[in-house]
Amino acid sequence: MMHSSDSQWPEVSFEERMATAHFDVHPHAHIVVNSAVCADCTSRECVVACPANLFVPTSDGGVVFNYEQCFECGTCYLVCNQEGAISWSYPEGGHGIVFRRT
Amino acid sequence: MSDRTQHAANPDVDVDVIVVGAGPAGSCAAIALARAGFSVVLLERGPFPGSKNMYGGVVYPRILDELIPRWYDEAPVQRWITRRSTMVMTDTQAMSIDFRNDAWAAPPYNGATAYRPDFDHWLAGHAESAGAQLLCSTTATGLLRDRSGAVTGVTTDRPDGDLTARLVIACDGVNSFLAKDAGLYREVAAKHYTLGVKETIGLPKEVIDERFGVRGREGVDIEIIGCTSGVNGGGFVYTNLDTVAVGVVLKLPALAAQQLRPEQIIAKMKTHSAIAPLVEGGELKEYSAHLIPEAGLSMMPKLATAGLLVAGDAAALCLAAGIWLEGVNFAMASGMYAGQAAAEALRRGDTSEQGLAGYERRLTETFVLRDHRKLRRAPALVLSDRVQHRYPQMVAAVVERMFRVDNPDPKPGLRRILAQERKRAGVRRRDLARDGWAGLRTFG
Repeated sequence: MMHSSDSQWPEVSFEERMATAHFDVHPHAHIVVNSAVCADCTSRECVVACPANLFVPTSDGGVVFNYEQCFECGTCYLVCNQEGAISWSYPEGGHGIVFRRT
Repeated sequence: MSDRTQHAANPDVDVDVIVVGAGPAGSCAAIALARAGFSVVLLERGPFPGSKNMYGGVVYPRILDELIPRWYDEAPVQRWITRRSTMVMTDTQAMSIDFRNDAWAAPPYNGATAYRPDFDHWLAGHAESAGAQLLCSTTATGLLRDRSGAVTGVTTDRPDGDLTARLVIACDGVNSFLAKDAGLYREVAAKHYTLGVKETIGLPKEVIDERFGVRGREGVDIEIIGCTSGVNGGGFVYTNLDTVAVGVVLKLPALAAQQLRPEQIIAKMKTHSAIAPLVEGGELKEYSAHLIPEAGLSMMPKLATAGLLVAGDAAALCLAAGIWLEGVNFAMASGMYAGQAAAEALRRGDTSEQGLAGYERRLTETFVLRDHRKLRRAPALVLSDRVQHRYPQMVAAVVERMFRVDNPDPKPGLRRILAQERKRAGVRRRDLARDGWAGLRTFG
């Protein structure tokens, strides 16, 4: 397979990865996830697809969502198969992700 | 909001035109309209233009000749692409078609790498110079419509938020809630979109020059198929001045249906023997993600309704056709043509759907819709399972056997190798013929 063992990769944790992106966080969440609806979902597309890894399954069968480090990409609402699970909008003007070298 | 805005010729509205989104489409629309003498407000939800924008790396700016002659003397470009590689890879193999063109290092150039927060900011500056009023940190939250349903403005998240106009141009990006709000999309489905994720990796300029075989402002763009861990999509590596960008583009339903996360797919691609030496030892400077409207004509919305035009990614005007991956040029062009058509409609005083027909006519007459029509089968072909999974295996196996010297055995004939490797890859002859024919019709 690939030679991951001998390549010179400083391992970057997911927290460090996300720390490279700049967010001007607004106090109000721009995306709201209805965990009750998520409890009925077995496929959990959002959990694997969200590039910022913001959807975290909980032990009681729900999904916890953190809006703070959202790229505002739209992947979650497009892959979601559960009606009413994700209320998606942009953050208030001037807030959210601020790209710099993209 | 009229205190903050320019005055429209018609006192019943705040401004002649509201352009939503100061990306490449919105700024070009605003430049064209402001130069034609109309009052324009350009709304941007980010703190500055380009702050919400990210892409797979190359701008082809020749369309700017019309709006900004000698744009290349001033555009904030990282490098000019002089080397373009297309790579097919398997886990342990890679085959490239590597093209180098010295002429692309001089005006009028061909492709350029640029950071979108720089490039879009620069372009929006031209809209301001032309007389458009740029309002940043303002999200357009919906459309205002009159009784007949014609669009008459937008609602925003500012305290005195409603803004009225004779015409609205929605350049609000891939998620375009304005185009959806106006009912211009027939269907919004995950299958029409890909997710792009990217790492911007810092390395000294001399190291990048040496590893990629370029000097000065010359740059390299590598487009890759077969690097996405079985998820349909593709990958890219390209050079900025002192960073290298590495990323993948992933078909949404395919991504969601498996277990690997986007950053893990990049990580795996970076360990490939064809990629690792290019980026090894670099420091992750920025991780980013953005959606791409991938499906071309098959997802394209209606482009106009009374009082409203849609341009750029908001209209799915992004070309994802395998060997051609373009978006910023389609955005700039569609924005410019929207601006010109809007000016024409405003002069005639007819912003009905019919009155705005000049927009689609311009797109139909130029590369914007001609390329999309010609390449309408390309997105599905490029993202098909055979092109994604079976052909890379087959091609790499054929090439390996062509170049393998297996003495004392004599060289096998190419026809025999092809037949054997086609079978081994599980490709039926008639599918190969069909895809070959589709490829010829599409790209020929």
